Amino acid sequence: MPRVQGFAQRVRTNLQVYAVGARVAILERLQYPLASLMFMVNVLIEPIIYLVVWSSATVAQGGAVGGYTAGQFAGYYIIWTFVRQFNLAVGPDNFNWRIKNGTLAGELLRPVHPIDIDLAWNLGFKVMQVVYWIPIGVILWLMFKPEVNPEAWQLLAFPIVLLLAAYVRFFVMWLVGLMCFWTERIDSLIELYFAAELLFSGRLVPLEIMPAWAQNVAGYLPFQWTFYFPIELLLGRVTINEFGIGVFAQVAWILAAYVGIRLIWVRAVRRFTAVGA
Amino acid sequence: MLKPIKLFGLFARISILNEVQYRANFFLQVLQSSLSLGTGLIVLSVVYSYTDNLGGWSQAELLAVYGVFVLMSGLIGSLVLPNMWAFMEDVREGRLDFTLTKPEDAQVLISVRVVAIWRLVDVVLGLVVLGVAITRMGLEASWWLAFAFAATLIMGMVLLYCVLLLASILSFWFVRVWELMEMMQSIFQAGRWPVGIYPDWLRLGLTYLIPVAFAVTVPAEALTGRLTPELLAGTLLFTIVALVVTRLIWKWGLRNYSGASA
Repeated sequence: MPRVQGFAQRVRTNLQVYAVGARVAILERLQYPLASLMFMVNVLIEPIIYLVVWSSATVAQGGAVGGYTAGQFAGYYIIWTFVRQFNLAVGPDNFNWRIKNGTLAGELLRPVHPIDIDLAWNLGFKVMQVVYWIPIGVILWLMFKPEVNPEAWQLLAFPIVLLLAAYVRFFVMWLVGLMCFWTERIDSLIELYFAAELLFSGRLVPLEIMPAWAQNVAGYLPFQWTFYFPIELLLGRVTINEFGIGVFAQVAWILAAYVGIRLIWVRAVRRFTAVGA
Repeated sequence: MLKPIKLFGLFARISILNEVQYRANFFLQVLQSSLSLGTGLIVLSVVYSYTDNLGGWSQAELLAVYGVFVLMSGLIGSLVLPNMWAFMEDVREGRLDFTLTKPEDAQVLISVRVVAIWRLVDVVLGLVVLGVAITRMGLEASWWLAFAFAATLIMGMVLLYCVLLLASILSFWFVRVWELMEMMQSIFQAGRWPVGIYPDWLRLGLTYLIPVAFAVTVPAEALTGRLTPELLAGTLLFTIVALVVTRLIWKWGLRNYSGASA
């Protein structure tokens, strides 16, 4: 690639990379429809379990638990399944695998930054996931009769928040994945990361009904902006003020993670060439 | 009849010798198991801070369900799953041929080869949780209870073994079976809660397709005095049928296996 390049040219190249990467991911998904279906079941079993648990609790309590009715719980977890398709990211364990089996060495030789390859692939993956989600979403909707009442502005704001949520999760995970350059024993760190996400993102339990200490902790972490915030917005439980704060936090986390990646990447690659091959 | 047990003992000894070389893995496993146990307990306590019963189960009783779940995950994770992964790998790489030429029964051989001993940490943790739950329930110890619990636990494990082996056998025909295995493992997570709370379609699936109900809920029912002799007999019958069917399908699968290296 020529060293001197116009801005427009660079944008065009990047877009081409994204288009090709996304297409590859889409074709991959189409190639193994059964595997995609099973992956979907993997993703869906968690919210369905918690939907049922909280519905049973509301039944036992005669109507509502912590300000959520059974219908709102259903809405919460069905929107969860949709949000989940968007915030699927490249997990830190994937980095570990790529370093160990040498795939990364090849990727570093390409003129494209690995994060661009991942972004492109992830984009296509998400497109297919959403396509596969549609029939399942319809079935869940009919089966569990959710109460979802967003106002017009919340409905319009949802796509923006959803997109930001997807990239908060993508960039933060990529940053965590870079730790693999320093240690091979990253499994425990990854487990810790996911345990924190489960508790402080609203994945298992809506944050509002978590104990106060958990809500406090969640305030310092990026997780709630990737699950809880978009879900609550579409449920119609977010005020315009909270929306503003949330979008600000999302953008701030994306920027922070991006800067972190920029700073660490150079060092990580230097380390990799020192250790690898 | 004793031979499989002897073989298991032998292979277990080899596995242990192999694994104690990597003692750091023990601490990593303790860390990971405690993390997931902690997460599970927090969620349980959050749910019970809003309600005092879930589908007819009190908090102490649900703690017992969770204890059985952790215990069963540990048993399956250390004794059954590693063998299934190794078996599928063998089919793919063509190494199964070596196993088939050995004088022992191949199904026995592939089922007892590996013991992931560090996963037994979950067995210990599960037993601790169960102990706490039993004290909280103020259970009166009786031989019938102990027997019913042990019997249902073993049968649950055998049933899970059958289903996991059936899934692995599919690798005779299809190469990519690991996604199916992963799916079954995530469905097993539903066992954290008594299957009675799930809607009918899901409960049926969790009973007969992936027998989470028999593996976790039924032993917990035995422990909390909910088990009827009829249910115990039914479980026994189902277990025997599953074993026989698995055996038949195993033999049929082997006939279809042509070897990857040949």
